[in-house]
Formats: sequence, structure tokens, C-alpha cells
Amino acid sequence: MNIHEYQAKQWLARFGVAVPGGRVAATAGETRAAAEEIGFPCVVKAQIHAGGRGKAGGVKVVQTADEAGAFAEGLLGKPLVTHQTGPEGRVVRHVWVEEASRIARELYCSIVMDAAAGQPAVIACREGGMEIEEVAKETPDEIIIELVDPLVGVARFQIRRVAGRLGLSGKEVGAFGALLKDLYRAFLESDCMQLEVNPLAQLDDGRFLVLDAKMNFDGNALFRQKEVLELRDVNEEDPKEVTASDLGISYVALDGNIGCMVNGAGLAMGTMDIIQQYGGMPANFLDVGGGASKEMVGQAFRLLLSDDKVRGVLVNIFGGIMRCDVIAAGIIDAAREIGVNVPLVVRLQGTNVEQGRELLSNSDLSIIAADTIADAAQKIVEAVQAEEGRA
Amino acid sequence: MSILVNSETRVLTQGITGATGQFHTRTCKEYGTQMVAGVTPGKGGTSFEDIPIFDSVEEAVRETGANASVIYVPPPFAADAIMESADAGVPLVICITEGVPVQDMMRVKRYLKDRGTVLVGPNCPGVITPGECKIGIMPGHIHKRGGIGVISRSGTLTYEAVDQLTRLGMGQSTCVGIGGDPIRGLNFIDVLERFNDDDETEAVVLIGEIGGSAEQDAADWIRAHMRKPVVGFIVGQTAPPGKRMGHAGAIISGGKGTAAEKVEALRAAGVRMAPTPADIGQTMKEALG
Repeated sequence: MNIHEYQAKQWLARFGVAVPGGRVAATAGETRAAAEEIGFPCVVKAQIHAGGRGKAGGVKVVQTADEAGAFAEGLLGKPLVTHQTGPEGRVVRHVWVEEASRIARELYCSIVMDAAAGQPAVIACREGGMEIEEVAKETPDEIIIELVDPLVGVARFQIRRVAGRLGLSGKEVGAFGALLKDLYRAFLESDCMQLEVNPLAQLDDGRFLVLDAKMNFDGNALFRQKEVLELRDVNEEDPKEVTASDLGISYVALDGNIGCMVNGAGLAMGTMDIIQQYGGMPANFLDVGGGASKEMVGQAFRLLLSDDKVRGVLVNIFGGIMRCDVIAAGIIDAAREIGVNVPLVVRLQGTNVEQGRELLSNSDLSIIAADTIADAAQKIVEAVQAEEGRA
Repeated sequence: MSILVNSETRVLTQGITGATGQFHTRTCKEYGTQMVAGVTPGKGGTSFEDIPIFDSVEEAVRETGANASVIYVPPPFAADAIMESADAGVPLVICITEGVPVQDMMRVKRYLKDRGTVLVGPNCPGVITPGECKIGIMPGHIHKRGGIGVISRSGTLTYEAVDQLTRLGMGQSTCVGIGGDPIRGLNFIDVLERFNDDDETEAVVLIGEIGGSAEQDAADWIRAHMRKPVVGFIVGQTAPPGKRMGHAGAIISGGKGTAAEKVEALRAAGVRMAPTPADIGQTMKEALG
């Protein structure tokens, strides 16, 4: 789960991390008022779940309330396109107005979960404000990585080593160490997967200040992170993905027109892959769960068909634990109730497959039965192409 | 021979009183697995279908000689269950539970270091040596005993592959689902090592996914050490970057962990790659000539 920059700053402030003072605003009027209160110059920043906002024209230093209001007016309610949003961009619903800072230099600092190592990694770099992936490509030697032992936390020698390579000395080392410890505590206590501060500003007086922050939280841990969950902004998510997550179905919207319903994430991805190999385009990734029930099948059907791009549906179930006759009954019920008016290809495999197929062929629904995953992909692609040829 | 589990394996179920634990304990017992004990704190002294239930793993091991544990407890308690088994000296722990917090697994991984316990999972279908021992949620009947070792990050896709192998007459030595989470117990290399040293295993199917770099690491290991043919498949070739495809580990981030990158690494290491998930069995047949 991701949160907005202003939420990340407010969250980090609770752990003692220094962030610029600011206010969030949803209208041009609120932006003017916030700017008046903060004083000039101040910075107005568009709040969307994507990086590259500065380059895309979503951030501005303003000198007057009029300028602040006019800039917010131009942003709010409209999509902002950055290199991370895709061509459709993301609608700006809030701006963050914050005090301008007297910056001496900009650094990069993040803590990420290194899955391969199974422990957190502190990543730092002298080059702040740049995209770290770019730096890693151009000058990999500039990137400082310290793996943290979860039993120990960030050790003092590691702080000295990172600070030294960042070119810090004297009192700066202590200040940087204190910041790193606060960030690490925020990372651990909030079940973060990623906490990125970029840029981390060093001010004229030597203090460190978080100028931009990005936080990503472990979805599996949200049951114990109630306050984090409150920061979720469903406007930043696809509405169908939100519905799916409420139902406990794993769903990702894609660009194609073949709706897919599959059990298991691996097989669901495999089904997407094979549809493309036969020249079609999947409309979604949908995993009803390894042990899909009749009810889940019905819910998934509704979800699939709520996407008006869908011109055909492929159901691919490997009934391991779930019996195929139960799945078939679920499909028939759901299809009758909802009314499927696009081609429907069903491939069932596994326990009680014969009974399942018999149920499908005896139903009054026009279901195209398929034997193998390849057969299923070929049949749905052909059926959709035939429909489009007719239209 | 086989790897990890066989007819001598004595299994205890952690979370045996829950619906999932009961269902799969019964199914595994019917398959022929020695299900010797169950553990649910507070339910000690009772039993489930003649399988005695204990309050702690330590007690279950002492009383029944269990040498493997399978975990179905809910996600908030899964990490503790793994550590309890490790503390009791259980040599093999298979965690089926899906949705374990990543930082819990970070602590578990650290806890298991220097302890003798081997962990499979979490978020995995389990391990099966056909005809001898099934631990987990995979359908037993699609398997057949033979010489193909199977390692996979995915559940139902593994069933798909096993089904193809069985239909083409190629049985399996052992099938290991290592799970779809970013931090897990056994990884590809750990299982490849075991298959390499197993007399019964003639060839290996490796099924990977987008996200992370475990497949690239496996490719390096295969090039340097593997003496048996390996057939590979990477799922998620059409997945868009930045989107998590169900499994917590299946996400392409910062341009890393793409299917193309993994396919290329494995192919360069001499692995014969199946072009689609429908061709895994056929590709193995060709690899064996």
C-alpha cells in the first residue's frame, strides 16, 4: 500500500524525523489561506501516488497568495502526467503547501526490504533528487548499501561508514545517525517494505530535513497497522481493484478485452501469457484463490463483467482441492443470474472433471468447453475475433 | 530415493483444529502420509480422527516422534508456529499459510539461521513424494511416481505442470512448492542441490515467476553445478511493471525481475525453456529425448 507525500511526512514526524511545516489543501482558496499562514516564499506540491511530479510541472515555489491559488487552480481536479503515471495521468485532488527551506546540499537515503537477503537494507547516495534507478545504472559505485541485522538494528559502525561515504564529518555524523535510527524505527514499527527520502536536504545550519518521502507498506501486515490503513486513498486505485480486495479476490485491471478468471496467481499469470501468445489481450489478472468456492466464482464473474471493455470471458480452473462439479455449478448459477452476453470459454481440470463438464454441456448456456490451457486460449481468442468481425 | 519427505516422514499439523487444517490433515492421511500428531494450544488431550492433539510442538514431538511439521495457522500466528517447531528441533517445517507479514518472515529467517530446521514456504502448496508422502494442499491423484523433480513458486501452475508430466508418462520423484512470498525458506538453489544429489531424480522442472532475482541466481548455480537436464518456465511474461500479480513476490519493480530477463538467464545456463505453460510436459519429453 502506498500513501501520499504529505501523509508520509506527517507519519515520519511522529517518529521524531524533521520535516518542513506545511498544510494540505483541496481547493484554490484553501491553498491561498495555507500559503498566507506559512509565509513566503513557500512551495505548492501536487499530491498523487507517483514520482516525477516536479519535472511534470506539479511543484512550484510561489511568492504570493495569488500565485499559490492560481497554481493550485491549474492542478486540482485535473490529471497530472508524469513518467510514472502512464499517459492517462492521475487526477490531483490535494496539494501540499510547505515552507521553503535553505538547502545547502541534497542527499538520497532509503530503507528497503531486501527480499533475497531477508533483511532491511539502508541505501544512501550523495546524489539527492535524482532517481536512484538512474544513478544505479550510470554510477553504481556511488550507491552505498548496508544490510541491517534485524536483531541489532542499524549499528553505529554502519552509521559511521555510510556517513563517511556521504562526505559527512564531525557533528553531522551524529545528526545523520539520529535521523537514520528514527527512519529505521518508522520502517520497522509501520511494517514498511520501502521508505524513501529523496531528497534528504542538509540545511545551511547543518540540520537534516526530509524534503520528499515515499512510503510503501506490506499489505500482509495491514491487519496490525490500523492507523496506516486509514491513510489509504482509494481514489488512487482502480475501483474494480478496490472491490476485489474487499472481496478477497486478487484482481489487476489490464488493457485488453478478454476477461480471465483463474484459480491461483501463477496459473492466472500463465493464462494471461498464453492468451497473448494466441494473439489476444487479457482485460485483467484475476485469481479467485487456490481453493475457489462457488460463491467466489460468482463474485469474480460479476467483477469481470463490470468491465465494459470485456468482449469474451475465459475461465481456467485447475480444481485441485475444489471439485470441478462444484465450480461448474457456480459458473452456471452466476452466468444465469448475471446474464453473460459475450462468448464464454470454460476449461476445467482436476478432481471430478467429468461431472463438471457434463453439467456445463447439459446447461442451457452457450458455454464453449476447452480441454487444455492452450485449447482454451485459442478458443476464446477466436471467439472474440469472430464477434469483433461481426460488429 | 526422493528428497525432503518419504514413507518414514512423521507429520504433525500445527493448526489442526481449524477447518483448513482438518480438511488437509484428513486428505493427506487418506493419501497415506503418516499424520501422527496435531498441535493447537489449549486443545491438548483431545484428538482429531484418532490423531492425538497436543498443546505444544515440544510435547507432540516427544510423544509421537514427529519429524516434520505442516502449518495452517492464520497469518498473525504463522511466524510463531514456525519458530516453535524450530525450537522443538523439528527438522522440516512446511508453512502453507498465505498472507504472513514480510517482517515476520524476516525475523523467522534470522531465527532459523544456525538452527537445523529446513523451512518450505510460506504461501506454498507443500511437498509431495508420490506414493509415499504428501504434505500440503496439492491434489494427490494427479501425481505419479517417477524421475522428474519439480520446483515451483506457484501452486496451481505446478499442478498444471505435474498433470502434463503424468499424462505424458513422466512420473515425479518429489514436487516442492517453495511459495510465492518475497522472503521464504528453501529457494530454488537449495532444492536444485538436493535433486542433483538424488539418485532417483533424472531431470528437473523449474517454474519461476516475475519479481526478485531467485531465478537468475538459480541460473548461475545451474551453469556451475547442475548435472541433470533442467526444463524451465517463467510465468508473467505479459505482466505490467509496478503491479503486484497476486503473489507478494510477483511484482516487476524498477525494471527488475522481468520474465524476459529470467528466461534469458536460464536459457544461457543451458535450461530448456517451455514457450507457454501448456508446453512444460512436452518440453521435458524433448529434453529427455
